[in-house]
Amino acid sequence: MLRLESAWLHLHQFDELATLHTPIHRRHASAKILVTFALLVLTASFPPYAFSAMLPLLLYPLLLLRLGRIPFSPVLKRLALALPFLLCLGLFNPLLDHTPLLVFGSWQVSGGWLSFFSLLLRSGLAVSAALLLLATTGLPALCHALLAWHVPRPLLVQFLLLHRYSYVLLEEMLRTLRAYQLRSNGSAALQRSVWGSLPGHLLLRSHQRAKRIYQAMLCRGFDGSLPLPSAAPFTWLDALYVAAWGTFFLFVRCYDLPHALVTLFLGGRL
Amino acid sequence: MHMADALLSPAVSATMWLSAAGLTAYASRRLPTQLEEDRVPLMGVLGAFVFAAQMLNFSIPGTGSSGHLVGAILLAALLGPCAAFLVMVSVLSIQAFFFADGGLLALGCNIFNMAFLPCFIAYPLVYRPLADKHLSLAAVLSAVIALQLGALAVVLETSLSGISALPLAAFLALMQPIHLAIGLIEGLITAAILAFIRRAEPGLLGQKSGALPSRGRSAFTPVLIVFAVLAFCSAGFFVWFASSSPDGLEWSIEKLTGQTELPPPEGIHAVIARLQESSAFFANYTLPAAAANVDAESVKQNNAWPNVESSVSIAGIAGALITLFVSTLLGKSLRAYHAAAKRS
Repeated sequence: MLRLESAWLHLHQFDELATLHTPIHRRHASAKILVTFALLVLTASFPPYAFSAMLPLLLYPLLLLRLGRIPFSPVLKRLALALPFLLCLGLFNPLLDHTPLLVFGSWQVSGGWLSFFSLLLRSGLAVSAALLLLATTGLPALCHALLAWHVPRPLLVQFLLLHRYSYVLLEEMLRTLRAYQLRSNGSAALQRSVWGSLPGHLLLRSHQRAKRIYQAMLCRGFDGSLPLPSAAPFTWLDALYVAAWGTFFLFVRCYDLPHALVTLFLGGRL
Repeated sequence: MHMADALLSPAVSATMWLSAAGLTAYASRRLPTQLEEDRVPLMGVLGAFVFAAQMLNFSIPGTGSSGHLVGAILLAALLGPCAAFLVMVSVLSIQAFFFADGGLLALGCNIFNMAFLPCFIAYPLVYRPLADKHLSLAAVLSAVIALQLGALAVVLETSLSGISALPLAAFLALMQPIHLAIGLIEGLITAAILAFIRRAEPGLLGQKSGALPSRGRSAFTPVLIVFAVLAFCSAGFFVWFASSSPDGLEWSIEKLTGQTELPPPEGIHAVIARLQESSAFFANYTLPAAAANVDAESVKQNNAWPNVESSVSIAGIAGALITLFVSTLLGKSLRAYHAAAKRS
């Protein structure tokens, strides 16, 4: 579960990362969305026991982290937060599936453990791909690209408003919670008596604020739709970016690169 | 209850994405005619509220543990189903993009489980008929039903994807009771907040009339759309795609029958056995990438699964290590390149 403070910091951090100027940040948002979804679908399409054949895909997050100058820690932190649910479900695989698939002398690795590690690798790829898409693009540019893909405008306006209001509300909530905790003898969770009133007050205050903001927006000519920033055109470099990653992904899916490397380096003596 | 990308197959996630896209288009189209103008910023603020409120800890009396809010029923009660659906879509998307919570591939599933089921099933069928007379009961009951349906959907989507080895029945027995408790807490919190709002600012609850779908045929339109899309996808287009990866149910059947050594099949067991034979998944299943140099032909000829060979395992591990080594080398050289570029 997210903590309010960490969520607030996280939002800030990713919005700041999106303002960097690197070769990855300069690519068109549509190109990055395409590549991200290609990677996600490809990862999901591997059979449950695939592990080493998927490893070359790690090149994608590693290259983007390096070229996009994105720090490792926020991505790893999110991955750690996504783990408990996966561990709960994934650990059933080794318990239920004892089919021996790998043998090292007297030591056997069951299919369950293999599919468990495969699950962790898939999760790592999916989490890093989603976070890197945002960290190298930013929400406004992403919304602009989605508009060109005919995603309904009301939904995109809703995305942007939610994103902007999150800052306001998270700060407000942090203050309220701090005040509550200082007066509640150190207890962090909301007691039964304030289940309704504390979030209710916050909601009413948010509503009041929304009304005031709306008045201010009307005064500035708001007509129900947010103007989205214009983005740079889709260039041949963007097409090359999509084509290069697409080819690499297809190659990884069709040929087992780690196995090919073994044959290349060890001359197939195994 | 967020589904994770890693547990999904492309066929299931594509089907759910299509359903979610159809529903979003439907809700967006209905929105401009339904909404009063000031609803647009209100939707943004309520979305941010639900997003933040999901991180509030509610202590559960007598247990020492705590729960949190999901918020779809609360949104539907304040905004009506279509606007609430869109707000939930935006909350789930922001969580997927910014926090990788659930993931992008699983977004379609999450929208179906946590936005469609509460807003278009639990809200109109359970909450609305009860809300006028028994607000708290309506909130608790609709939250419980929405969560139960959501948990059921999670189980079905995971099982159909076939990544997790957990059999369907065991998974159901695990998920439904947990989500009964979570649904009760969610319902009680929602009821408490709604009761407070009714006392403090009843106008906020009364505004929703314009945002409700009209009674009759159109109230069920989104339900029909979703089931039509699901039926179409599963029946036709994705069959060839799904057949490349094991179906979860078949997999469980295979596993159960394989492990318990059942007596010669009769009746329903005979049907299952025939299904097992006809699926023939293991018979020509080329072994996964870790054991990549298994010759598919020899597997077919021997019909022995799995084909365990020590050399295959070592090749897999060695390949993995070499890949990692090459990747690290590439990373290091890039870092050196950056450092050189910075110095110059």
